[in-house]
Amino acid sequence: MSRRGEKRLQHFITYLLLLAGVVVVALPFWYMLITSLKPQSMIFEMPPRLFPAEVTLKNYTEALGKDLFGLYFVNSLFVAVASTGLTVIVSSMLAFAFARLVFPGKELIFRIFLVGMMIPPVMLIIPQFIVAKWLGLYNSLFGLIFVYVTMNLSMQTFLLRGVFEGIPRDLEEAAFMDGASLWTVLWRVILPLSRAGLAVVTIFTFLYSWSEFPWAHVAIKETTRRTLPIAIALFQGQHLTEWGQVFAASIVALFPIVIVFVVFQRYFIQGIASTGMKG
Amino acid sequence: MTVSMRRQMRNLPMALVFLLPGIVLFAAFVIGPMLYSLRISFFDWKILNPELSAWLGLENYSRALGDPIFRRSVLNTLAYSAVTVPTQIIIGVTIALLLNQKIRGKAFFRVMYYLPVITSWVIVSLLFEYMFSGQAGLINYLLRDVLAVIDKNILWLADPILAFVPIHLLEIWKGIGWVAIIALAGLQVIPQHLLEAAEVDGAGSWQRFRFITLPLLTPTLAFLFVVRTIGTLNGYISNLLITNGGDPLDKTHFVLTLMYEATFTRLDFGYGSAISYLLTVFIFIISIFQIRLLRRDVEF
Repeated sequence: MSRRGEKRLQHFITYLLLLAGVVVVALPFWYMLITSLKPQSMIFEMPPRLFPAEVTLKNYTEALGKDLFGLYFVNSLFVAVASTGLTVIVSSMLAFAFARLVFPGKELIFRIFLVGMMIPPVMLIIPQFIVAKWLGLYNSLFGLIFVYVTMNLSMQTFLLRGVFEGIPRDLEEAAFMDGASLWTVLWRVILPLSRAGLAVVTIFTFLYSWSEFPWAHVAIKETTRRTLPIAIALFQGQHLTEWGQVFAASIVALFPIVIVFVVFQRYFIQGIASTGMKG
Repeated sequence: MTVSMRRQMRNLPMALVFLLPGIVLFAAFVIGPMLYSLRISFFDWKILNPELSAWLGLENYSRALGDPIFRRSVLNTLAYSAVTVPTQIIIGVTIALLLNQKIRGKAFFRVMYYLPVITSWVIVSLLFEYMFSGQAGLINYLLRDVLAVIDKNILWLADPILAFVPIHLLEIWKGIGWVAIIALAGLQVIPQHLLEAAEVDGAGSWQRFRFITLPLLTPTLAFLFVVRTIGTLNGYISNLLITNGGDPLDKTHFVLTLMYEATFTRLDFGYGSAISYLLTVFIFIISIFQIRLLRRDVEF
């Protein structure tokens, strides 16, 4: 075979494999989507159809009209946005200190932070619950926010330290010569140069806070302060066979995540490479 | 470095300002709770009247180690890691290699493969439970009527071994995109001229992969291995939702579903804490061991 033919065949096989993979990845989502569009009478139809015979939006109107769904959505959004914003600020400050400042015990403190990446988060739930109660954060969305920020600190500080250390110092020196403070250097010089890394931090933290289940499950008893994952899990528990509605709610819950990911994804690969996460 | 810069960077009170918010949060919600949970693990802890809790010493620990349900949960968790981590890494790295060529539609593939990663565990667990349902599930239908490899429906979730099929598949399916993206980032920093030079010298694509790409990708693979091992040993939400944690007959527990049940269903906080400490110590040892082992070849 000619060299060009070989290249073409290789390309063909590449696409074939990638598309086959996409089918496997997408099939469950497709099934979720069509189930959410089926009338309840067809949820357990045999054979299960991959292309529904009848399409209805009834599951959406019912699921969304039920159980304060709109409020859960707003709760989730507030918690995720606040947690992400705070995590970016707090972990940037930490990472800046670890990357640039000189102070005693630096590596030891950094290592203690890294331990946070190894412990199972569930093990902390019981004592976190006690602490939250003691601080008056039980049953409060702020209880979720503080814990989410903390649970993300180790990983994000680790990532951002890598990013900041990759930035050449010349620019800072110029800023210091002009009399800039450390704050100005962080906000005006370092962070604007770390956009890709910050995109990674934003995606990871937003995803985590939007989907976190165990802590929200324990920390919130008041119905009106639930977040979406809790609402969906409880809903499925109460309406065992109403899969159409469960998946209608799930698909609505997926929207913000997909938007955040699509917006930030172009920075994503570059960002991961700059964090030094690849090794 | 200029003098003013050096002075700024050595300013201790200033360093404290930068460190303080993070340290306060970390102390209040991670370090403090870790120590507290260690304390709880030595007691028959009464959540409502902590002062009435009876000191048990190491009894919670010995009780866990002697409990057949706990031992089974350890085996289940280890099997989960051993099956899913290598599978996920092999498939994910293959996808990254495919995506790292000059092809169209990269952004599309990236978003598609990453979709399961960004979907919450709760949603995908319920989805897999529904697909693997014994009566009218999609998987039984595909196996029986489309592929004709089985002749009657399998009750996946009623069998203590088969119940792990959806749980393992879910983990692999959900994690591939993450592995692929990290591997892709690792591949993109491999100097192109090395591969081109090898091609000029007549190296085939397998040889280029084997002698250039693979060695240069080893640090990435090491990172993936360590992080996914920790992640899977800590996994439990899918199991909790799909088998209700342990169904049937407490045979399908992971360490953490057992911990969850002991703590939040039976309110046996001391026992639950002891179980999570056993897992943490184990994960700690495994991670250090893996990092040591992998570090022999690569610089982290």
